[in-house]
Amino acid sequence: MWKTVLRRVLIMIPQLILLSIIVFMLAKMMPGDPFTGLINPNSSPKEIARLKQAYGLNDPVPVQYVRWIKNLLHGDLGQSYIQHVPVASLIADRAQNTFWLSLLSTIFLYGIAIPMGISAGKHEGEWQDRAISVFNYVTYAIPGFVFYLLGLWLFGFTLGWFPISGTVAANASGFWGVFFSRLQHMILPAILYAIIATTGTVQYLRTGIIDNKVEDYVKTARSKGVPEKVVFNKHILRNSFLPIAAFMGNTITGLLGGSLIIETVFSFPGMGKLFLDSISQRDYTTLTALIMIFGTLTLLGNLLSDIIMSLVDPRIRVK
Amino acid sequence: MALFTVGKKKQDDRAQIPPSALKITFREIFKSKAATIAFCTIVVILLLTFGGSLFLDSSKVTEMHILESYAGWGQNGHLLGTDDGGRDILNLLIMGGRNSIMIGLLVTLFCELVGLIVGLVAGYYGGTTDSIIMRIVDFVQILPQMPILIVLVTVLPNYNAMTLVLLISMFGWTGEARYYRSFILSQRERDYVLASKTSGSSNTKIMFQEILPNIASMIIIDVVLSVSGNIGIETGLSFIGYGLPTKIPSLGTLIGFANDPVNIIDRPWLWLPATVLLLVICLSINYVGQALQKAGDARQR
Repeated sequence: MWKTVLRRVLIMIPQLILLSIIVFMLAKMMPGDPFTGLINPNSSPKEIARLKQAYGLNDPVPVQYVRWIKNLLHGDLGQSYIQHVPVASLIADRAQNTFWLSLLSTIFLYGIAIPMGISAGKHEGEWQDRAISVFNYVTYAIPGFVFYLLGLWLFGFTLGWFPISGTVAANASGFWGVFFSRLQHMILPAILYAIIATTGTVQYLRTGIIDNKVEDYVKTARSKGVPEKVVFNKHILRNSFLPIAAFMGNTITGLLGGSLIIETVFSFPGMGKLFLDSISQRDYTTLTALIMIFGTLTLLGNLLSDIIMSLVDPRIRVK
Repeated sequence: MALFTVGKKKQDDRAQIPPSALKITFREIFKSKAATIAFCTIVVILLLTFGGSLFLDSSKVTEMHILESYAGWGQNGHLLGTDDGGRDILNLLIMGGRNSIMIGLLVTLFCELVGLIVGLVAGYYGGTTDSIIMRIVDFVQILPQMPILIVLVTVLPNYNAMTLVLLISMFGWTGEARYYRSFILSQRERDYVLASKTSGSSNTKIMFQEILPNIASMIIIDVVLSVSGNIGIETGLSFIGYGLPTKIPSLGTLIGFANDPVNIIDRPWLWLPATVLLLVICLSINYVGQALQKAGDARQR
């Protein structure tokens, strides 16, 4: 077990290094100096040259890369020269919002997908299965942003059931007041976000149940006289959950990383929105840090998936 | 001898890739009424957008007429009104529809091509070649696609529609490579491959002339199912303002008008037609794709 985890973590290291090289190269491609916003327009070329020297921008690229990595490892993401605050604090603020939105989406995602998958698998070919396959087809086919937009238009603007933007109402007060206001702001985006993401989970669960139903071990259990309910819950269901458990890490980081569009549609101040704001303001230090975070999250999601998989399925553990 | 003729006949059925695999595809589509309707819808949309664009001059369509800005439905002879620059929405819709579909198709073409070759090579040779290729595929898949695309879109010089196609394809091929590789892995131990190897055929010949025809119908299904996803990526990027350059109309740009709360309520003509068109495109392409996939699964069983 621990060998598998260790091996997986070791695989992650070269991936992280490659990722950081790509992010660094992207940062070098971006026009302007990282302190463009810092100097005032009257700065003489001499002053700029001095700053460049001071910030080590005249050093060879590999030296700059190593310095950047060193700072990164110390948790120093740099300074946002547009907002004049450390990037880490800027991101921490927004990351919180994205985290809660993703958490709520994850709850909705599994809350919707698991009952649907079970029902479809249990009643293969019956009306439940057919209705769910229509649902699956629609959520798979529609591009996410169109779905979010129509949801916002219908439930936010036309029916007025949910707030249309932001994270919290201005007049909310007290712990519970703020809590409920935040929740109210997140429900619609979280549900829409979750629904679009259900397809894979529903599909895997359904196929898993259908395939496992006819396996020999299920027949054995039945012929032993195990009650049908136990056969389903203990044997069929447990095995059908394997692929879902395996993809859980990916699904969750997918939600975290895919926040760009949902946050744009709902003007939700999370990391995705911060990314788009930074790119329109040319705030390169923030951008670089954000891409690095998005990439690392995906890596961690993969790691988590593999670890969960080896936990629940001893067959794939490395000997 | 009998064994060989059976093997040969089986191949003959699928050997001529373009005609027979395509023929099977059409037969499967027209078997189901709903799939036929979906297919006809796609044809009508293609005719309207690609045909309609022939009668439009792209520089005229994107020309500004400030005095006519924000005309509503049917005002001043604009059936679907005009946008902030007084451009006719119907014209933008036709050209945008064509551009978005075209980009979706091109991205799919590139991704399939690269994915197929990479998948074939990795799956056929196996061993070290396979592990090296798959490590690369793994790595590309963990890259944060959207953020990197957006940064590249903003920093690349001479950015145009073709650049966008290449950028999206750069990330898109990995899914295809994985998909084809896993299938090739199961094919390479089959008798027809082994027989061909024993009789001295070159690896390239086996891969492209013998294995490839066997997966022709798989490729068609995957192409159909990928197109709408790729249209979704382009329109999504254009929607947030980092897709096609502003001079080139896209359905995503039109839908992007809805990012302004004033437009979403008071000027639905700006974004609603494009949204509906995109929905219809994606739903019908996917319906056809799923019908084909079901037929394909049934045939394999």
